[in-house]
Amino acid sequence: MKTNISVSRLAGIVLLVLLCLYAYTAPLFTEQDATTQNLSQILASPDGSHWFGTDHFGRDMWVRLADALRLSLSLAALCVLTSAGIGVCLGVIAATGPSWIDRLLDGITTMIMALPGLVLVLIFAAIVPGSFWMLYVAISLVQWIEYFRVTRAVVHRVARSPEVQSSRLMGFGALYLFRRHYWPAIAPQLVTLASFGAAGAILMMASLGFVYVGIQPPLAELGLMIVEHFPYYEDAPWLLAQPLIALALVVLSCQLLGGRKEV
Amino acid sequence: MSLRYLLLKRLLQLVAVSWGVGTLTFILMRALPGDMAYRIAASRYGMDAVNTQAADMVRKELGLDQGGWSAYWHWLGDLAQWNLGKSLVSGQPVSDSLWHMLGHSLLLAFSGMVLAALIAIPLGLASARYGGWLNRITLVLSTGMRALPVFVIGLLAVLVFALELNWLPVAGFGTPAHLVLPALTLALSLAAISNRVVHTEAVRVFNAPFYEFAKTKGLSPRRAFLRHGIRNMAVPVVAFFGVQLITVVEGVVMIESLFSWPGIGHGLAHAIFARDIPLIQGAAMMMGILFVVLNTLVDLACHWLDPRGATTA
Repeated sequence: MKTNISVSRLAGIVLLVLLCLYAYTAPLFTEQDATTQNLSQILASPDGSHWFGTDHFGRDMWVRLADALRLSLSLAALCVLTSAGIGVCLGVIAATGPSWIDRLLDGITTMIMALPGLVLVLIFAAIVPGSFWMLYVAISLVQWIEYFRVTRAVVHRVARSPEVQSSRLMGFGALYLFRRHYWPAIAPQLVTLASFGAAGAILMMASLGFVYVGIQPPLAELGLMIVEHFPYYEDAPWLLAQPLIALALVVLSCQLLGGRKEV
Repeated sequence: MSLRYLLLKRLLQLVAVSWGVGTLTFILMRALPGDMAYRIAASRYGMDAVNTQAADMVRKELGLDQGGWSAYWHWLGDLAQWNLGKSLVSGQPVSDSLWHMLGHSLLLAFSGMVLAALIAIPLGLASARYGGWLNRITLVLSTGMRALPVFVIGLLAVLVFALELNWLPVAGFGTPAHLVLPALTLALSLAAISNRVVHTEAVRVFNAPFYEFAKTKGLSPRRAFLRHGIRNMAVPVVAFFGVQLITVVEGVVMIESLFSWPGIGHGLAHAIFARDIPLIQGAAMMMGILFVVLNTLVDLACHWLDPRGATTA
């Protein structure tokens, strides 16, 4: 791994850390909670007790926005861990194992890639509506393929290199080969893949919330909040702006962290 | 990869889409809580009109009285004959409404892509040719635009052009004016990335030795660009277009829902909301088939541009 991190990457890290800090600690600083309604104080502008104002039910936005961000970030982290784990393992197996496994996995990925990811996630969301875990399964099912393809390509190349050949001749086991040869070749690319994967997961969850088939009210979710606040745009533009800005920032931070893909 | 192998792979994908969507929607139907026949009858005829007779009719029609496996085979058999059943909400045959929606979706996707090309290609070429500030501005704009999900771009477009400036209608369809915002939204989200790809490829070609040589041997800049530039730039750009197809399809789903554009994506989102299972199946399958067919067209275009067949994405 390179030690000199580019400016844009550093900006991405800082932004992401700040967002995580807000999402996970914001509720500690205030006595408000996310579900208490106060109908005598709806659409209030930001003030001393409600730092980000209140929404159309008088719920505190500071807490709700943190809740929504936490939900998105948690989903993204879970999806990245799961899909990267599965993708890397299967990728190594496909590149080094018997050829029928390679062909089988190639067939499976071809099948899954035949359907646009969002459509697949939509169908899964329809089976169990409003379920966080169904979203998690569906998004991971779509995303592991990216890791699999990259890992397979990299390991395929490395496994035929003289270093690995001689390691193998010397009798080192599969675990050693993975640690010493394959992992260092995959790891730098994983950061990029994981960042874009996280951005993708967050976008997908927000998209589903936006068409009202994702997480259901009264839970706070970024896409859902955008729809809920849209009718109050005339009276409270800042209310609509909050989830929009949060979503854009979190996606931007992931993309900056991921670096440039090929552009 | 040879062309035959590619086409075979796409054919496999077509079969996989139909089977996968069919199986998933079958699971979806079985996963409905409670007595499915009553639930579906309730959503079709209204809560008050449900009786045992109506439920039995639904049960028979959807094969809910059969065992799991035989119902599954029956389901797949219907699918193979393109018998997609009737919408649970409107009662119309699904395939009819699909054809109706397909036209609208294609219109939106096509105008979005043309508009994206009109934005991305000149912008990418100009930023490669002149560099400097133009390049930096497009880079920052593209990065910012890429962080916005397509429905946020659409929402902002509605806020600016429809609500604040009152130039264009907010949503719906019918007149050409209704097409402008949805197509513009799709185009912006596509062009945000593709203008950088055009830029990179243009820089590569402009600095390539063969391009230098073309100019050295006395071709005018225009001729050099037309004879040696375009085709060499086109291959990676068209291949990247294949990568972007997924953005097109996903964008169409989101944009249609946002603007109430009566296409397949809108139909799919509504069907999921109403749990209209045959329509979910039909719409999802249509999306998948469309996606595979468009991908095949991109493959063929790449093959035609560069018959050496090494650059397919």
